[in-house]
Amino acid sequence: MKLSGSEIIIESLKKEGVDYIFGYPGGAVLHIYDALFAAKDIKHVLVRHEQGATHAADGYARACNKPGVVLVTSGPGITNCVTGIATAHMDSIPMIVISGQVSRQYVGSDAFQEADATGITRPICKHNFLINDRESIADTFRKAFIIATTGRPGPVIIDIPKDLTDPNVKIAFEYKKNIKIRSYKVKTNEDENKIEDAAKLLCLAKKPMIYTGGGVILSKASKELIKLTRLLKYPITNTLMGLGAYPSSDDQFLGMLGMHGTYEANMAMHDCDVLLAVGARFDDRVTGDTKQFCPKAKIIHIDIDPSSISKIIEVDHSLIGDTKSILKKLTSFVAKHKRNINNHELEKWWKKIKSWQRKNCLSYKKSKDVIKPQSVIETLHKLSKGKAFVTSDVGQHQMWVAQYYKFDKPNRWINSGGLGTMGFGLPAAIGAQLAYPKEEVICVTGEASILMCIQELSTCLQYGLPIKVINLNNRYMGMVRQWQEFFYEGRYAMSYMDAIPNFAKLAESFGHIGMVIDKPENLEKDLKSALSQKNRLVFVDVITDQTENVYPMIVSGKGHHEMHLAPSANEDIELA
Amino acid sequence: MNDDKRHIVSLLVENEFGSLSRIAGLFSARGYNIHSLSVAPTSDDSISRMTLVTFCTDAKASQLMKQLDKLVDVINVKDLTGETHIEREMLLLKVKSTPKQRDELKRLTDIFRARIIDVTDTTYTIELTGPTEKILAFIDSLGKIKIIEQVRSGALGISRGSESLEIKK
Ligand SMILES: Cc1ncc(C[n+]2csc(CCOP(=O)(O)OP(=O)(O)O)c2C)c(N)n1
Ligand SMILES: [Mg+2]
Repeated sequence: MKLSGSEIIIESLKKEGVDYIFGYPGGAVLHIYDALFAAKDIKHVLVRHEQGATHAADGYARACNKPGVVLVTSGPGITNCVTGIATAHMDSIPMIVISGQVSRQYVGSDAFQEADATGITRPICKHNFLINDRESIADTFRKAFIIATTGRPGPVIIDIPKDLTDPNVKIAFEYKKNIKIRSYKVKTNEDENKIEDAAKLLCLAKKPMIYTGGGVILSKASKELIKLTRLLKYPITNTLMGLGAYPSSDDQFLGMLGMHGTYEANMAMHDCDVLLAVGARFDDRVTGDTKQFCPKAKIIHIDIDPSSISKIIEVDHSLIGDTKSILKKLTSFVAKHKRNINNHELEKWWKKIKSWQRKNCLSYKKSKDVIKPQSVIETLHKLSKGKAFVTSDVGQHQMWVAQYYKFDKPNRWINSGGLGTMGFGLPAAIGAQLAYPKEEVICVTGEASILMCIQELSTCLQYGLPIKVINLNNRYMGMVRQWQEFFYEGRYAMSYMDAIPNFAKLAESFGHIGMVIDKPENLEKDLKSALSQKNRLVFVDVITDQTENVYPMIVSGKGHHEMHLAPSANEDIELA
Repeated sequence: MNDDKRHIVSLLVENEFGSLSRIAGLFSARGYNIHSLSVAPTSDDSISRMTLVTFCTDAKASQLMKQLDKLVDVINVKDLTGETHIEREMLLLKVKSTPKQRDELKRLTDIFRARIIDVTDTTYTIELTGPTEKILAFIDSLGKIKIIEQVRSGALGISRGSESLEIKK
């Protein structure tokens, strides 16, 4: 079979089982678009800005654990992708970005729409390729998919000069599935003795704690994690990225940890004597002051990425490999050594934890006059029965979803944790909705964030995506305002937006349903009617309390035991 | 800062477009300095061998090894610092040679087993190979002799005995 470069690209994508491409055309990729025109099995989703394409592909990948695919043109096409690539990279999301490049004869000549795509993206991706000859197109695609989806996943960029996609030059096509990349190594198996040692240590704990992150979701190890945790009967906390891997409604779950984590999760971290960290990377938003992090604990760390081990916190016991398979083995070794668990001590530990839980750190002052943002999320959780795919942008609203939408399943919570990218939520919801057309997809956003990728409302109309956009409109960059209230004596420099659009009308002009909720008594009934629109996108502008803050809060650089609690939970802001 | 130690690192890398900037980029992105770096193809010209010298703490060096190993283009990486290894560096030095200084220069060249490889009316160009300390000692010994130009290759390193970075993979 002889194919052109463009056809090879399409065939390669088919061989990889790609069903969606998120993209935007331009000169350097017109040959590829022409080949795509004829392709039936692959659907192309036309976004309105290339950043939207990357976030949509990312949201798709996070929802269904398959790599998201992006196709953009050279120059401004690929530079518009930078934020989305970096977002995916920080959260280890598998993604393939195909960018057109000017023809080889022009490379390096500052040609029209030429940008050094591989140079620009090098520090923000797992790997990138600039294809130099037609013969290596197929192999490069195979390599890119292997690299993006194995080990610690991440985005891979393939930059391809236009002349290589010329429809008139055809070469033989063969797709070698089992290609070897000699310099690429992924350690998947860990020494069983080391796993058994970890099991023994775990069973000797008096004040154990399990702390898990996005790695559990990426390796589809939720079932294994649940099994191990229930067998041990130990308390467990999830990072922002790990929410849903362990059911939030379970009694052993202490909530999220870290800067805006629960009192009980953070206190248990501080006091524990053995910590099992799984697929988590000890991010500074999680650890707080590293010198005061789990000061009494022996730490076991399971991760696929050797460079995550002892990067921030020196660990005592590392298990490197695929989280799923290590958790499985660990569970069987725990079963063998379980009789060593000191149940009396464990009971005492749980008593202590229960006393922390009694602080009720997520309680908040209810109001009849203004809508409390927390109550919006609680109502959403109730109405969607906790089963929706929820994406968010970045800010207070993001933290409130993490705290109050009690995720019970992995992949349902889709947010930019590592890079913290405003503008992520709406396009990510597009990807999630396409991955699961029948499921409820909700984008919880803020009036500042939503404007960063608002143009994607137009994409939603084109593909009939019935996303529910819930805009927690506090007329402030709430998270910025909160920091300014706490650390800058209330000088609200540039965190107030005094020219906010009429979002409901804006949504209507995009062809969707727009709605405003501004009274607490209407909240549930109006949200219900919004969610009942099964075939339409509904943009719900919820006017919320302007002054609400996210609690608990650990100020940067403080220890886990030094939390600020909400004034309503304790009379004044007190240092716990 | 003061726990910084000299680390000499050997790397086998795919001889591909972008490999070098990936490695250099990793150093700047993660806040490491590159003191010296030398690169050339191996007997297999699809593979380059690099030797790199950096100053950092042992903990940072071990993190650096993992980060380098994680780069897709890196085939193998090793910190030679902790084990017995041989290091060589080459120096090309152009110095002013007044008639009065010529004897002194020849004498120093002999002592250090360097070679004079180019001569003009007013200059000598000297070649010297050896461990970095020897190179530095030689430059030091020149005293008042004026150096016009100094070119150093950066250290090259290889482990002693039958160990090889190459056969491991
Ligand atoms: C692209 C980008 N720019 C700036 C920031 C810094 N930032 C973090 S939260 C925030 C405010 C978000 O405001 P809004 O979307 O209204 O959410 P709220 O905090 O009010 O819920 C800003 C500016 C960011 N995270 N991303
Ligand atoms: Mg806001």
